[in-house]
Amino acid sequence: MAPLIQIRNLVKTYRDVLAVDNISFDIPQGACVGLLGPNGAGKTTTIEIIEGIISATSGQVLYKGQSRSDAFREEIGIQFQQTSLLAFLTVRETLETFRSLYARSDDIDELIQLCHLGDFAHRMNDKISGGQRQRLLMALALINMPELLFLDEPSTGLDPQARRNLWDIVRRVKTRGKTIVLTTHYMEEAEYLCDDIIIMDHGRVIARGAADELIKAHCGGAAMTFPPDGIIPVLDRLDMTYRTGDGRVEVFIEDVNSAVRRLLDAGADLSAMVIRSPDLEDVFLKLTGRELRA
Amino acid sequence: MWVIFVARNREFYRDQAGLGWNLLFPFLIIVGFGVIFGGKNFAEYKIGVFPIADKPATPAQLRIPERFKQVQLLEFVPFADQAQGLAKLKHHRIDLLLKAGTNPPQYWISEASPKGYIVEKLLLGALQPPGETLAVKEAVAGRPIRYLDWLFPGILGMNMMFSTLWGVGYVVVRYRKNGVLKRLKATPLRAFEYLTAQALSRLCVLFFSLVVVWIGCDLIFSFQVAGSYLDLAVVFLCGGLCLIALGLLLASRGTSEEMTSGILNFISWPMMFLSEVWFSLEGAPDWVKAVAKIFPLTHMITAARKVMNAGAGLGEVRLELIVLLLFTVICLTIGARLFSWNK
Repeated sequence: MAPLIQIRNLVKTYRDVLAVDNISFDIPQGACVGLLGPNGAGKTTTIEIIEGIISATSGQVLYKGQSRSDAFREEIGIQFQQTSLLAFLTVRETLETFRSLYARSDDIDELIQLCHLGDFAHRMNDKISGGQRQRLLMALALINMPELLFLDEPSTGLDPQARRNLWDIVRRVKTRGKTIVLTTHYMEEAEYLCDDIIIMDHGRVIARGAADELIKAHCGGAAMTFPPDGIIPVLDRLDMTYRTGDGRVEVFIEDVNSAVRRLLDAGADLSAMVIRSPDLEDVFLKLTGRELRA
Repeated sequence: MWVIFVARNREFYRDQAGLGWNLLFPFLIIVGFGVIFGGKNFAEYKIGVFPIADKPATPAQLRIPERFKQVQLLEFVPFADQAQGLAKLKHHRIDLLLKAGTNPPQYWISEASPKGYIVEKLLLGALQPPGETLAVKEAVAGRPIRYLDWLFPGILGMNMMFSTLWGVGYVVVRYRKNGVLKRLKATPLRAFEYLTAQALSRLCVLFFSLVVVWIGCDLIFSFQVAGSYLDLAVVFLCGGLCLIALGLLLASRGTSEEMTSGILNFISWPMMFLSEVWFSLEGAPDWVKAVAKIFPLTHMITAARKVMNAGAGLGEVRLELIVLLLFTVICLTIGARLFSWNK
């Protein structure tokens, strides 16, 4: 099946800042694709170009193999990172207002149920909590029964319960066969929701694949950590690559047995060693570095 | 388009404070002016009289020339002695100081005060022996137009100006800044539909407040409308459209509320003073009149006054109407072209 979205050589510059640097990728039908990257990596710019909110400096975006027509707006749903809502409307009225903007629309009561809006459907927009707001924005994104759903950092600023709650909603939407594109900088969110992850940095795509593929490809089979004293000369001698940080030395290895044997043979003290499976965060930090971004 | 119209209307009437202010403000101004100018005890010049020991003294008891007492627009302020009166005169709190019981009357004025000069002439005129006909008085023919009748269209116009420029311009900029416009851009809604809905909503609000204020003020002052109400409505409709278009043009770009607020003030204040809302520009320098002609408010108020005070028909104000409509089209065209949903 042809990809739902094809992105070809996309470039976006703001004055002298290169925000998106010649990227190309496809989004297959029915997938949940996560755009992952540090702040300022170009995630939001990319997703907004695909949405048609901002225009690209060059390159093209194809929807169902063609350039986007007016019908595109009818078939997508968007949850923005930061948008206010129309003032002095209740939650239900907001949904009704937005419903009328589209040719086809979902049943409002069903949406209220799906997104758990029932308790405050009659409250004013500006009198609801952050989690409630985020669920309302989600309901607004779903109101036209979109084929393609964009979620820009849907759970930023939410507490763990509210975040889980939102994830449940996204998962339920996924089971309805919708294609989802989401940006996030929460690794567990990407791991939990996305079948396909695109890691961006400095406006470029630096890695792509399913979470476990990425972990396997970039961080091997396991991560061993040690207290820093004494282990570094041994690692140097064995020519094993390691990473330091958080007061620990970390080594990514393919096979635990052979690695442990080599270290013991070299006389290393393994009594304080911890072995864990690497996660997406390890991949992310390995690929994008540890230094703080402005 | 209809839903945006409805949403905007809801927003307006639920914003109770804004609603109250929109209706109350013009009403207060009219009532205020009615009280100030409508009453009998309105004095233009203040005459100090001394020595008056026991207050209060009615003008009839003052020992000053009888015919001077009868001059209208004068208020007599008693003082105990000359020093007190002179001090007030020096600081322009009174315009002329008169010593009671003197013949010929002894008086002081401040040479620096133009009002003092006028009152001096009034006093001297009052002292002239009667009977001699120096000038012949002719009445102004026709129904008198009260100051309030003249002022009212101006106040309504000014209120419309503030309501449109801020109600449309400021609101759209705020929505752009906080992302409401961005959210709407993600829907199939078109810019033209959105702006039209905003304009129509504001127009409804304008007419609603216009009618309420009109009825309220009419109950108190009973305005006289020489022309037809329908013609007046047409004039206000054209003017309202024009001002809304101006508001939309100003709001077509920009995300800074402070900046927009500055621009709106920059435009609305000169418009308020130069569009003959408060006073006539008769006798003002030509360049001021030329500047005033640029403002749509001038034309709307001129047309409204012609209809209300002079009983003009639509044919007689067609020039103003054409200017207003032309201005509307120009503003809308440029505004729609410049309009941006994004920051």
